[in-house]
Amino acid sequence: MKITIREADFRLILDHALAERPDEACGLIAGTDREDGVREIKKVYLLTNTDHTNEHFSIDPKEQLAAIKDMRANGLSPLGNWHSHPESPSRPSEEDKRLANDSRASYLILSLQEEGDPVLNAFHVEGEQGSREVRKEELEIV
Amino acid sequence: MKITVAGEKKEVADGLTVSALIELENVETPQYVTVSVNEEFVDSEGFESTVLREGDEVEFLYFMGGGR
Repeated sequence: MKITIREADFRLILDHALAERPDEACGLIAGTDREDGVREIKKVYLLTNTDHTNEHFSIDPKEQLAAIKDMRANGLSPLGNWHSHPESPSRPSEEDKRLANDSRASYLILSLQEEGDPVLNAFHVEGEQGSREVRKEELEIV
Repeated sequence: MKITVAGEKKEVADGLTVSALIELENVETPQYVTVSVNEEFVDSEGFESTVLREGDEVEFLYFMGGGR
């Protein structure tokens, strides 16, 4: 699957993730699944990591609920989530895979490991616990 | 009675519990789902005992988390 994110939304995520260091930052993505098969992110949500650590993230459920309602009010679909890896590469960790419970979601991971060279990738996770399959999605910043 | 589930109005049986609604809606991996009724979160221990009422607004949220 191809997924697109606007430059301005990428900057929002990046600036938030940089500001939240050393903790992981997180949020949701919303938009539309177009008929041509492209998943288009139209809005990103910067939400609170209730774990407040550099090793884990949990999205605040109250903020998640408010975001879902905002998506509905704006005719957007929930497409997945994003989070940062302040000190590790842009790929799902074992914990990320274990907690990726929505097979329809796109999971965006922003690595800040290399100073001045942020890396954003999108992934799709399928399968049962213990045998999760990860596929990288084609991500384009537009 | 009429309730709203994930933004959609639905007609369901009187006395329906949150637990029964999860089954009725075929919610995937319910062990990872957080439920809110009228914006109040219901503990998973309370799914069986929480009876829905006319006009309730129910949302199912997947826990979203991970680690490095």
